[in-house]
Amino acid sequence: MKPAKACLAALAASLGLLVASMCFGAQDKARSYKYHWDAQVYAELAHAPAKARAKQNPLEKDPDAVAAGRNLFEQHCTECHGDFAEGGKKGPSLLVPQIHDAEPGTLFWIVTNGVVWRGMPVWSKLPEPQRWQLVSYIKSLGVAEQAPAAGALPNAAANPSTAPSPPR
Amino acid sequence: MSSFSARLFLALIALSFPLVLLPGNAQAQENPYIVAYDHYLEEPGNLEVEYFSTFGTQRGGNDFHAFWAEFEYGATAWWTTEFYVDGQSTFGDSTLFTGTRWENRFRVLKREHFINPVLYIEYENTSGADKILKEVEGHDVEADYADKNSVLRQEHDHELEFKLLLSGTHKGWNFVENTIATKNLSNDPWEFGYALGASRPLALKASAKRCSFCRQNFIAGAELYGGLGDRYSFGLHDTSHYLAPVVAWNLPSDWTLRLSAGFGLNDNSHRFLLRWGVSREINGFGSMVGRLFGGQR
Repeated sequence: MKPAKACLAALAASLGLLVASMCFGAQDKARSYKYHWDAQVYAELAHAPAKARAKQNPLEKDPDAVAAGRNLFEQHCTECHGDFAEGGKKGPSLLVPQIHDAEPGTLFWIVTNGVVWRGMPVWSKLPEPQRWQLVSYIKSLGVAEQAPAAGALPNAAANPSTAPSPPR
Repeated sequence: MSSFSARLFLALIALSFPLVLLPGNAQAQENPYIVAYDHYLEEPGNLEVEYFSTFGTQRGGNDFHAFWAEFEYGATAWWTTEFYVDGQSTFGDSTLFTGTRWENRFRVLKREHFINPVLYIEYENTSGADKILKEVEGHDVEADYADKNSVLRQEHDHELEFKLLLSGTHKGWNFVENTIATKNLSNDPWEFGYALGASRPLALKASAKRCSFCRQNFIAGAELYGGLGDRYSFGLHDTSHYLAPVVAWNLPSDWTLRLSAGFGLNDNSHRFLLRWGVSREINGFGSMVGRLFGGQR
């Protein structure tokens, strides 16, 4: 085979496999529409070990923690969980009692470990203080009274200190 | 550079430009390594477009500038797939398209542990003129790169490369160890290599305001990599090794800049390898492609 043809064949094969991998990923995401998929993600909270659950947020009294956590949330989490944590196409809402009532240590554990088989990556690449800042922000959010309509702000937006900025 | 190679390379570069202009709101949090890999995979549905350069000094030949583009896609939270296209310019000689690579990384464990293994498999279709030095393995030495491009390009390599990536993050420090085993699909023996790395952000807490020059946006570290011989002559003799301080700057605008100054540690190594790279993460690329084909996502 001539080098040019070999290159073209390798390129075509690679692009084909890339598209195949996207379709594979798409199947995962399509399932996330289903209620039971979100429920399974919430169920992961129960798997946090007692030692992890007992951890206290060292930045609980840090006045900047929520604002810093909001920045981190906008940078890393809105793609899946929505601009206002109301839930997105790939990730569940964080404005639910399961999250609101969870111990900070449990949320820290889930941010650190992700829910890899259900699409949430591990976030241990964020340094520990940044993960606690994220937890501070998530804990500052309220619980949505009902599923938010498109464009509507959830309860959290009523508190300007914790409301995320509008999407850019 | 042959007209076909030139057109292919230019087409891929041209394709990547509109991609990097797409909107996104995720600040990348990339480690600074250029050779070593950590255990963090691309977020699902995101595409990272990357460009890297390596300037290398060459004894017994002309210095060179090798360059490559990477398209890294997060298929799932446990599988990242990546396509490379690379080329090089040897000063006073010529510019060549040198090949393509297709790489896959698979996360093995469900949760974070002290050490996290990731399996890596790559197919390489390159010419002997490939000088990107993305990994060093076997008995790769500086003298291998001294010939003219017209001679080097006569060799064609079809290789399978396997790596075991071990990585862990503790108190802000990330440590990585990569073990490399490569098999040329012709009758060459297995070749081995290694890469080690350590890095840490300059600040562990995020600031309350978005900023470009905050310390937490800079991650500094070092990597050490080299060959370990082959199946019949395993060890450090006739191998090359490099030590490279590295730094990454993760900008709030989704861009990441990396810089690495590598120093050869023995007489078989290039004396100096200066590497730099720029990358941009595109959020929801998979969803965009899905919508193109009529998906609801």
